Amino acid sequence: MGNNHTPCKQIVVVSGKGGTGKTTLAASLSVLTAKRVMADADVDAADLHILLKPQLQNSYPYVGGKKAFIDSFRCTQCGICEEYCRFDAIQDYRVDPLACEGCGFCMQLCPQQAIDFREVVSGFYHEGLIDGGKFVDAVLRPGEGNSGKLVSQVKKRAAALAESTELEWLIVDGPPGIGCPVNASLTGVDLAVMVTEPTVSGLHDLERLVQLIHRFRIPAGVVINKADLNDVICSQIESFAENEQLPLLGKIPFDETVVTALLEEKIITEFPDCPAAREIVQIYQNINTFFEIKTGN
Amino acid sequence: MNIVIASGKGGTGKTTIATNLTLSLKNAVYLDCDVEEPDGHLFLRPVVEQTKTASRLLPEINYEKCNFCGRCSEICQFHALTVLPGQVILFEEMCHSCGVCAYYCPLGAIREKEQPMGIIRNGYVSPDGSGFLEGRLNIGEMMAGPLIQQVKAMADPKKINILDAPPGTACSMVEVVRGADYCLLVTEPTPFGLHDLKLAVNVLRVMQCPFAVVENKAMEHNDLIVQFCQTEKIPLLMKIPFDRRLAEAYSRGEPAVRIFPHLKREFRLLFRKIELQLQTGNLVIENSGELSDRVNNSSLKAVEWQTLSPERNGNSDGK
Repeated sequence: MGNNHTPCKQIVVVSGKGGTGKTTLAASLSVLTAKRVMADADVDAADLHILLKPQLQNSYPYVGGKKAFIDSFRCTQCGICEEYCRFDAIQDYRVDPLACEGCGFCMQLCPQQAIDFREVVSGFYHEGLIDGGKFVDAVLRPGEGNSGKLVSQVKKRAAALAESTELEWLIVDGPPGIGCPVNASLTGVDLAVMVTEPTVSGLHDLERLVQLIHRFRIPAGVVINKADLNDVICSQIESFAENEQLPLLGKIPFDETVVTALLEEKIITEFPDCPAAREIVQIYQNINTFFEIKTGN
Repeated sequence: MNIVIASGKGGTGKTTIATNLTLSLKNAVYLDCDVEEPDGHLFLRPVVEQTKTASRLLPEINYEKCNFCGRCSEICQFHALTVLPGQVILFEEMCHSCGVCAYYCPLGAIREKEQPMGIIRNGYVSPDGSGFLEGRLNIGEMMAGPLIQQVKAMADPKKINILDAPPGTACSMVEVVRGADYCLLVTEPTPFGLHDLKLAVNVLRVMQCPFAVVENKAMEHNDLIVQFCQTEKIPLLMKIPFDRRLAEAYSRGEPAVRIFPHLKREFRLLFRKIELQLQTGNLVIENSGELSDRVNNSSLKAVEWQTLSPERNGNSDGK
């Protein structure tokens, strides 16, 4: 607060479809940008730490919300709670914590006040050091919900770190889909990088994601991964992007080195001569150009 | 019977397994429960017989009755309602449709009205006759859970229902698995695949759902998944080698069993193994080392697709 350095540039890497290469791209951008905070917002299945190997500094519990607990000594088994619960979370006078949404209806209704309603720790978020920057990610407890809220928490922490350490970039590895966690990951970003692949499902899922991006009115660009897997669909994606006025940031060729790197838990940019790494460097430059034009205006 | 096809990591092949398994069985129904990104229809190309709107309940304020007392806002755990002088603001995306506000409004000024959140499509796959059900969430809608529930409610319990789950291990995935008889976890032999498989295994153990693993994009000299399954005593029911022809068929939206019909046998075998695992006691795998040994060692070795179609290798490439 108080200092007048420009706020960090926030990029989120998203994809409607899972497994298109978000984490591979995000990890590479991490290496190329050097001075940045990295945030893994795929809190369901956070993998970025495998490649970036952060040195853990702090862990914080994440309280997702409250849950109901029935006190069996007070409970008279009247069954009102079960009748009114919209989430089928109560059966045989017991609450299924995985189904309980934490609305508190049962607690309000219970004539015996036998329902305790308390905050539960649904996961943890971690903060660590990476070469030249900071790292934030999170782990949700098995089966816990409210991941959108955790995504917001991760991003908030990452933004605060970028602010306090005056790091220039904040790069967010986003979740798949178009639901609540994705919405949370898109809030407040300067550029969404959408990674897709030339398959019927890659195109279909990109179309749905683009509709969501347009609602957020955030600038976005497209990256086609494994671009030479299907030339026909690849050019369909390119013309779709053009119609939607979305710049094509790059086309990463199908490259065995990507798998080799992943198996060794290495970042593809550690193999600078392979075709995939070369294209990713180009994508990084295109992203830079985007921000230069933006600040130039 | 409800069989869920899930995976921690995205893009490991859930839809591939779910669609091909459906096409290989008689009397099976494919349910697309990945309502954020439903893709199964691209492969099954179903004849859609019915499309209906799926809704959820949202509070509606009757301003003739409301006196802005603020009770609704106070009682809502999700901060979905804000009461200002002369106005009640609803944040639709925060609302969980629990009904608490309407029930507790002292003036009865809140009515719940149905708000469309997506569509459900119902049909069949020609010419196989497999059933098709799909939930499709509206863009901008946050809550996948209620739609998944409605799709599942339409399933016929007498049939073999193959439920294609969303990636991840959070609420949507849990919603699909809830009440299911069995879950297949599809993974790939990479550090990401293994890491996310572990997360998914933890969820299924907490939920006490019987499960097994299918390894997709298997590579020679890579036993990452095999070793994990052995250590954890989890049956590994099928191994599908990485094959560019399969990836290309997928990219065009062609199910593997349509191009390589003999693969149907492999999928029927997969299903028989699932049945056997369930019959052998319907145990949670965690506590059943003996069962998983039997599944792994006896006649039930993981299916390895050594050759996709030796006699057709020459012309199965390309279109």
